[in-house]
Amino acid sequence: VKVLSSERIKVTEESHIVLVRQNAAQAAKKLGMGLLDQTKITTATSELARNIVRYARTGEVLIEQIESDGLSGLQITFKDEGPGMADLTSAMRDGFTTGGGMGLGLSGSKRLVDEFDIQSQVGVGTTVVIKKWKQH
Amino acid sequence: VVSIQEEMHDRLARTLQDELSERVYQTSAKGVLIDISTVQIVDAFIGRMIANIAGISGIMDARTVITGMQPAVAITLVEMGIVLPGVLTALNIEEGMQLLRDAPEQSS
Repeated sequence: VKVLSSERIKVTEESHIVLVRQNAAQAAKKLGMGLLDQTKITTATSELARNIVRYARTGEVLIEQIESDGLSGLQITFKDEGPGMADLTSAMRDGFTTGGGMGLGLSGSKRLVDEFDIQSQVGVGTTVVIKKWKQH
Repeated sequence: VVSIQEEMHDRLARTLQDELSERVYQTSAKGVLIDISTVQIVDAFIGRMIANIAGISGIMDARTVITGMQPAVAITLVEMGIVLPGVLTALNIEEGMQLLRDAPEQSS
């Protein structure tokens, strides 16, 4: 995977969620993704950025334009040094929530993207990496 | 009738919920129509605010109609698994108003 461009955004308050998703939307549009894919990646980004604010309070989001095997796409990384999650299997399940939401943030986001990777360690933090490829 | 014309940030969604509930109470409104035809993103949080508005309004005997949802937004909501219980939908404001006029009196 080759990184063509990248942009790092610090997330420290609720209003940054909009900033992050606007940047993701712009990047998806610039890449030439279809409107539906733009909407999906932007919505997933919104969910995951909100998770940072809700559970970790602060963190950062890295938006990268990538290329692999002739495919171009977006890779977005959400990194925080928050409380982390002990039970990722439960956390990925529909309806599981500790934050008072609908419990669709993680599982729902996963369904909107092509690749979804989550690493989390209690007391260390959580990193989520999503990828969406441009359809030909 | 509310038309959302700006980026739906979290605070705006919460304010909308609170103010609409207050207005339904003050005016004894029988219907709430929210037009989201210019909204590009409805994520789980915003979806929950919309469902909350419908729930609160329903208890106060008013129905809620969402109009103008873009296809990409609708598909994304469905794929995420977000349901909006108690929310009526219509393609545009005119049809939404018609729906509120025609809908049976029982609450959803």
